Amino acid sequence: MNPPPFPDTAEQEPVFSDMGDGESDEGEDIFLGSSKTGAESPSVPQLNIKAETTDLFAEQASSTAPTVGLGTGGSSNGVQSDDDNDLFSDAHVELPTENASSSTPSGPRPAATFIPGTADMQTKSMEQLEEEEAKDTFDVDVAVTNPEKVGDGMHAFMAYRVSTKSTLPVFRNKEFSVKRRFSDFLGLYEKLSIKQSLQGCIIPSPPEKSVVGMTKVKVGKDDSSSVEFVERRRAALERYLQRIVAHSVLLQDPDVREFLEREELPRAVNTQALSGAGFLKMINKASDAVNKMTIKMNESDTWFEDKFQEVENEEQQLRKLHIVVDSLVNHRKELCGNTAVFAKSMAMLGNSEDNTALSRALSQLAEVEDKMEQLHHDQAASDFFILAELLADYVRLLGTVRGCFGQRMRAWQRWQEAQSTLQRKREAEAKLLWANKPDKLQQAKEDITEWESRVTQYERDFDRISVTVRKEVLQFEKEKAKDFKFQIYKYLETMLQSQQRLIKFWEAFLPEAKAIA
Amino acid sequence: MMEEEEAEESPPLSPSVIEGTEEVTPPLSVSPSSIRVTEAAQDGELLTFIIVSQKLSGTGEYHVDRTYEDFDWLQQHLFSLEDVPGIQGIIFPPLPARAQQNAPVKLVRQLGLLATGETWTPYCRALEAYLQQVAGHSLLSRTQHLETFLTSPEPPGRQKVKRGLFNRLSQAMEGIRKDGHTKDVDDFFRTEREHNLSLTGLSRAAAEPVSLNTAPLSLLLFQRFLEVVQTEQKIAVACGHFAASLQLCVEAGDDPGQETFSKMCVKISEIMESMKKNVQKVAENDVTTLGLGLDLECRYQEAEKEMLFRRTFKLVELETASRNAERAKPLKKAAMDEIKKAAEKDFDQVSVVAKQEVARFQRARVAVLRQALVRWCELQILTATGSAEQWNQQLLAFRGPARGPEPSS
Repeated sequence: MNPPPFPDTAEQEPVFSDMGDGESDEGEDIFLGSSKTGAESPSVPQLNIKAETTDLFAEQASSTAPTVGLGTGGSSNGVQSDDDNDLFSDAHVELPTENASSSTPSGPRPAATFIPGTADMQTKSMEQLEEEEAKDTFDVDVAVTNPEKVGDGMHAFMAYRVSTKSTLPVFRNKEFSVKRRFSDFLGLYEKLSIKQSLQGCIIPSPPEKSVVGMTKVKVGKDDSSSVEFVERRRAALERYLQRIVAHSVLLQDPDVREFLEREELPRAVNTQALSGAGFLKMINKASDAVNKMTIKMNESDTWFEDKFQEVENEEQQLRKLHIVVDSLVNHRKELCGNTAVFAKSMAMLGNSEDNTALSRALSQLAEVEDKMEQLHHDQAASDFFILAELLADYVRLLGTVRGCFGQRMRAWQRWQEAQSTLQRKREAEAKLLWANKPDKLQQAKEDITEWESRVTQYERDFDRISVTVRKEVLQFEKEKAKDFKFQIYKYLETMLQSQQRLIKFWEAFLPEAKAIA
Repeated sequence: MMEEEEAEESPPLSPSVIEGTEEVTPPLSVSPSSIRVTEAAQDGELLTFIIVSQKLSGTGEYHVDRTYEDFDWLQQHLFSLEDVPGIQGIIFPPLPARAQQNAPVKLVRQLGLLATGETWTPYCRALEAYLQQVAGHSLLSRTQHLETFLTSPEPPGRQKVKRGLFNRLSQAMEGIRKDGHTKDVDDFFRTEREHNLSLTGLSRAAAEPVSLNTAPLSLLLFQRFLEVVQTEQKIAVACGHFAASLQLCVEAGDDPGQETFSKMCVKISEIMESMKKNVQKVAENDVTTLGLGLDLECRYQEAEKEMLFRRTFKLVELETASRNAERAKPLKKAAMDEIKKAAEKDFDQVSVVAKQEVARFQRARVAVLRQALVRWCELQILTATGSAEQWNQQLLAFRGPARGPEPSS
């Protein structure tokens, strides 16, 4: 299949709208409002997505990855520069500069359908992609910080500072912050769910309630598990808000703006439904609708069926992965503990050692091992906060996606039921005509009119929700890919930092060891 | 399963390390520092080691195969050497405990990881060190038994050696083992005994479970080190598990969303594989350097303790003989005096040897620990540098194509 010939590189606009980048092509279509049900327009988007992904995972296609020149520090470093730069700016690592004379770019393989000269195309589309993404984030940065315990005893709670930075005119200020407690976050979710779920929106879910965790905090336990619990929750709340503001529809919701801006929020009640178990129940009820349908839906295109299956599968897989990562985290924590104990023994041995140089070396080594303990601890935190929580988040989010499909099913059912009712009304009218009862006929006719309009309404609703779900899912997948990529990148950075720290420790110790005599 | 050792400047724990500048002129026909245990082959229950050593004169080497029984045979013969004055003052090079695969965890800790790892390399290294230590010992290396062990094509007699002298002594020693109170006549030994006690505690042979409150410092350290290594191994397994699980998530499909996710899984899987290999290497480094060093330290401390006990026993014998001589009736006095003189001579000889041995031992153990620590440190740096480079490569690959000028196609 030949792609349309590329116009001169000077003309960027036509290029963009013709071929576009895979992902933003989808976006473009939807934002313009043209509903593309059925299959996407043939080869072009498909092609570009391949190109995109080939970029991102280039080294998989080639066994010897060419040394790529680093776009030094500066502005956009590809995908991870989006979403919350400020918050992760400390994650920036000084990487040794590679020789800038890079050989072939790890771009798309010519075997794919590109013609020569697309290398330039590649760079441009990266830039364009970043612009698109910058637009996507809608220029809102949200952070959740400073967890503080308020009050005492069993009525105590944690207050978090929610800070927003935005140039959007809809906000009163450019930067502002408010204090919120956990139930406020749950309350926001509930309001959004009620309003939006009927539309088929995928609403990011908040972290779960935890009676055990919170009780420890309330009681005043200052141990590491409480600290970890609070940090875990803070990070989860932050991700939750970040996902909400990344969503174009939700950002425009007045409840969201109120949550971010308003000084005092009325206390949210009725958040019981949103405990972990309750949330799951709600989701399952919605997605059960898909499975237990009495009237089998005849999908004109299999997109929805296929996608739903995919989502279910993925959710299961992520669950399994999460368990495995959990085990990794636990072993690392164990290593932490073992290292600390080892360090103590080493110190004791150093103290009882006669030989001066050996004694000093052993004591130094004990200190190094203490630092190693810290390193292992940080590593465990990385594993947890980056990998494990990522997987946990997406298990929940995929559940939400399943719920959306369920909503669509409900809409369809409502439409179908309305159609049956209409049918019955018509039959009833016919019967009345036969039986010649003019007085009841008027009522029957009114009924029919009412139900006809309902049928039309519900059909429209169903179409609309189908479009929304589709758009939401595609957007979700896009976000997910970005999210995973960003997290992996962060994880790699922490790995690198960890090794670099380790090298420093041991290089400092080596002369001590050599000085033993 | 032959393991190629990384190129090293000098083999660890070799006599050149232990002996320092001491001159050794064994009648042994092989060079002590050339002794290698190159291989361990397992056939069912039978574990055979290949030992290679270089001839001192001319060129050529000896290749022999031996089992643990042969090592034991050698050790027992060393214990029962005759015509070595003051032999009881010798700190005998400690033979590593018999290797037991699939030993229960508790026992594993005592034997050391030497016998439990995935390869026999560490264990071979420990046996090798033992042979080098015996061959490098001025008094012990002169025995024909060692020559036979190293050079004879036939395995030395594998009959049970009667335990003889030392066993009787061991039984007798039980009585005074717990007695740390026998005063010593010599300050040198008093301090040494105290020091040894603090390191080795009152525990009996290393094969028995050690309770924490009497656990000797060095053994405790070694055990805790083993725990660290075992946890590292667990982490490696978890990483491998994660990598494998991710591969299961990869599905062929037309859907672009699916494809991205699959690619992501492959990516993370690669990362986890790298991490697994790195952690495995770290654990391996741990075992082959500090692990071996600490293991040797523990066993040698025990060996020193045994020697000090033997000497104390001699002291007790001497004191008993002196008392008897004092209290003897005139008829028996001469005989008692003779016994006392013999005991005195014996004790003096043992003390002379013991003093040399202790001095030698103190030097040697510092050298061994030094080498273990230096090597451990160097390997840590090496492995971490390699690992950092890998992560760096991964990061670069992640960032995508260069933003620089493209080469003309």
